[in-house]
Amino acid sequence: MSCFPRLRGFILIAALPLLAGCNAVLLSPSGDVAVQQRNLIIISTGLMLIIIVPVIILTLLFAWRYRASNKDAAYDPDWNHSTMLELLIWAAPLLIIIALGALTWVSTHQLDPYRPLARLSEGREVPAGTKPLVVEVVALDWKWLFLYPEQGIAAVNEMAAPVDRPIQFKITSSSVMNSFFVPALAGQIYAMPGMQTTLHAVINHPGEYEGLSANFSGSGFSGMRFRFHGMDQKGFDDWVAQARTSSAALSREAYLKLEQPSERNPVQHYATVAPGLFDAIVNRCVEPNRMCMRDAMAIDAQGGAGIPGAHNVTTMDPRMRERLGLTETPPRKYVGAMCTATEGLVL
Amino acid sequence: MPDQPDLTKLIFGRLTWDAIPFHDPILLGTFFMVAAGGIVVLGSVTYYKKWGYLWHEWFTSIDHKKIGIMYVILGIVMLLRGFADAIMMRGQQAVAFGDSMGYLPPHHYDQIFTAHGVIMIFFVAMPLVTGLMNYIVPLQIGARDVAFPFLNNFSFWMTTGGVILVMMSLFVGEFARTGWLAYPPLSGILHSPDVGVDYYIWALQIAGVGTLLSGVNLLVTIVKMRAPGMTMMRMPIFTWTALCTNVLIVAAFPVLTAVLALLTMDRYVGTNFFTADFGGNAMMYVNLIWIWGHPEVYILILPAFGIFSEVVSTYCRKRLFGYASMVYATVVITVLSYLVWLHHFFTMGSGASVNSFFGITTMIISIPTGAKIFNWLFTMYRGRIRFEVPMLWTIGFMVTFVIGGMTGVLLAVPPADFALHNSLFLIAHFHNVIIGGVLFGLMAGITYWFPKAFGYKLDPFWGKCSFWFWLVGFYVAFMPLYVLGLMGVTRRVNHFEDMSLQIWFQIAAFGALLIACGIASFIIQLVVSYRRREELRDTTGDPWDGRTLEWSTSSPPPVYNFAFTPRVHDLDAWWQMKQHGYQRPQQGFIPIHMPKNTWAGIVLAGISVVMGFALIWHMWPLVVLSFAALILVSIIHTFNYKRDYYVPTEQVVATEDARTRLLAQHV
Repeated sequence: MSCFPRLRGFILIAALPLLAGCNAVLLSPSGDVAVQQRNLIIISTGLMLIIIVPVIILTLLFAWRYRASNKDAAYDPDWNHSTMLELLIWAAPLLIIIALGALTWVSTHQLDPYRPLARLSEGREVPAGTKPLVVEVVALDWKWLFLYPEQGIAAVNEMAAPVDRPIQFKITSSSVMNSFFVPALAGQIYAMPGMQTTLHAVINHPGEYEGLSANFSGSGFSGMRFRFHGMDQKGFDDWVAQARTSSAALSREAYLKLEQPSERNPVQHYATVAPGLFDAIVNRCVEPNRMCMRDAMAIDAQGGAGIPGAHNVTTMDPRMRERLGLTETPPRKYVGAMCTATEGLVL
Repeated sequence: MPDQPDLTKLIFGRLTWDAIPFHDPILLGTFFMVAAGGIVVLGSVTYYKKWGYLWHEWFTSIDHKKIGIMYVILGIVMLLRGFADAIMMRGQQAVAFGDSMGYLPPHHYDQIFTAHGVIMIFFVAMPLVTGLMNYIVPLQIGARDVAFPFLNNFSFWMTTGGVILVMMSLFVGEFARTGWLAYPPLSGILHSPDVGVDYYIWALQIAGVGTLLSGVNLLVTIVKMRAPGMTMMRMPIFTWTALCTNVLIVAAFPVLTAVLALLTMDRYVGTNFFTADFGGNAMMYVNLIWIWGHPEVYILILPAFGIFSEVVSTYCRKRLFGYASMVYATVVITVLSYLVWLHHFFTMGSGASVNSFFGITTMIISIPTGAKIFNWLFTMYRGRIRFEVPMLWTIGFMVTFVIGGMTGVLLAVPPADFALHNSLFLIAHFHNVIIGGVLFGLMAGITYWFPKAFGYKLDPFWGKCSFWFWLVGFYVAFMPLYVLGLMGVTRRVNHFEDMSLQIWFQIAAFGALLIACGIASFIIQLVVSYRRREELRDTTGDPWDGRTLEWSTSSPPPVYNFAFTPRVHDLDAWWQMKQHGYQRPQQGFIPIHMPKNTWAGIVLAGISVVMGFALIWHMWPLVVLSFAALILVSIIHTFNYKRDYYVPTEQVVATEDARTRLLAQHV
């Protein structure tokens, strides 16, 4: 019985490469960034096993060899110091950590999510002049909204990208923190309200992958999943064309309605998107009478609006609340815009 | 409108009958079980007329030994609660696939994983660690009590006050649904308007007072109250780790208090520190809470390292290998633990240089930790290892902990963390180090020092059962989570579509059942040992042939610990005394100056609980009233000049003579 649990640990670790063959997505991903992260996981683990395995073996060996009933083993009750040995036990982990630290420094810079991709996959540079596909991602309660500024379309809980074209994700959130994560594509990055994070990635194999929020965000969190389609260029063009045939348009009002909490939303495409919508979401001024954070910060940088600024708090126009069906929810306060666009002008 | 509802609202605030979960069969059942258990306990205390005994001997006691025991009991009781949460989560995740939504709706499930984290860290691990330090440290340094005995009692009851609030949230209202660190904006008033987060805040604030004060207390005790001759480099390793842990507590807990206070202001008075609008910034909260949170991890693990060091050298009958490097390693870990907090959120989007800096500092911590492991290893080398239960826990720890350490260093590589963050791999990692490190250490410590506290050893058979169930259960429960993490499965999910994952969750649930057997074995062990106490009796005070001063006094120690303050000439003070034919002094006793019991701690903590409850439910008149009471009682307490007494010589002589006779009988 004594070796059973330890054996289990070893067997499971030994079995990890086997898992790569079936469905351990992190060990057999389809995007180059995730592939490099996978390689890093394997190399680091290997480096550490150089220390870990001998330690485990020595522990078991010493425990057996120096058991009290074994009178043949040496017993040296006062031996408690050996300069050589102590140098060794500090130096051995130190060497591993130096190697790992160097690896960390280099790989963290290479795989910085903010850094535009240098390669499409092993040995394939990004062709000069390639423009990445920009996808603007908004985490809503509790669904994902994807805006395609280049194509002028949008989609809820579904996104697509052509294989081997670098993608630049611009990520934000409407209310609480989430984490944008497509395990097969690349590591995650947080989605936070009022802020924009960035992720560069590329998908190398066509297929349907799962995307999700990795950071708990409230009661609908478990259903906050989407499909990520890796497609060839034609498939992607068809997908965009199909979205364009949708009768829905993502106006600012439609967004404010969509932003309300809902769970397990079906996939929805939008043929058009209000201009500047993503920018307004990041700056938290989708409502027409609301001051953009950018402006508020500019005013603050000049010393702020003083006492009048403290009174410049407003809520959504009641008629608009009624149109959006928000009469049941309590009105939310925000900083009022200095000059309000008339409603008719706002898409 | 009539006046009546307004008056009710003024007095009861937000509290209405709706807050009582009549509609939830699970909670109702739990309530009846807890209530029935409570009635049985309270009833039997009344029946056997033990209230006076409990009040005078325990609740008002300022004896560090009794307070230590109460801390450990508190921790074990809350372990049952925290583990009940764990079993429910494992059960939910094992069945909630495809069409089945499981038996826990998100509203309930989200409270459970939040409560599990909060309880296991704050109300299981912390009380157990504090309890052991409280009991052992004064004995190890040859002191008669801690530096501030009243504060010690007050700290314990404040911790208990936090526990009471968390337990109340089960049956009155609800607990937070935010995860154990309550990140805003989710924990802000907009997204969590109900009382859950308020329960969280006030439970932690009240318990936090206790933790901080007990940190100050033990720190001063170790610095100022060591026996003559015990220089810093002659302190037992457990005392060293306790010293470092309390330095960490004193430096880190105020940050938690401050960050929770800011969150409280956001929720109660409409400030915007961490909101999404009006210039708030939630990233600040995440930074601050982890500036507390990472040292907290070391607050828990350092004393466990100390326990393993004591256990290894005792059961190998050998001096600890590399005492000095063990001390330096502990101190290095203490300092470095403040330089790594950002590794909890590499994914927040800091630049590559910032991320690599914190990744590399994190890895550097593994160097002193590795050195410690080697030191234990070479203590075993050329030893005479007795496989008593504490030694089993230690070997289990050494094998298990290095695996957890390895996955931890892996998570410290930022690009790897991008893939593994918030995944079940992360969950497996920190359970690997907390169960395999902290919990194994605490179990080793409890078994090791139990005879000191109660005068009889714990039954080894059930101890071994507990160990093997825990060890095997841990691997069965958490290795599947490593695998699931690599399959891209993230934490806090209560329903899955992918049926192929189910088998792994079922294995994990089975593992949790094995751990349940481990906990049950431990409880049985306590009962069996009590019934066999005469056979397991320790008459010598030194059942394991120990090395440090706590083994020089009787088991259990007299109220004054040591009739004469010992003089220390060596690192393993008691071992050295035994080697040199130490003779117990048998005459020349003098009266011993000791602190006196006081009611103030329990009363102040009780009022704090009332105030916390009133704040949670917005019962403003009660808030004002209880706050006034708190001030008043504190002032009254300062007028209590009867703080001390002398144990008369006759009593010391009688106690010591009884021990002399006992030792003579069993030579």
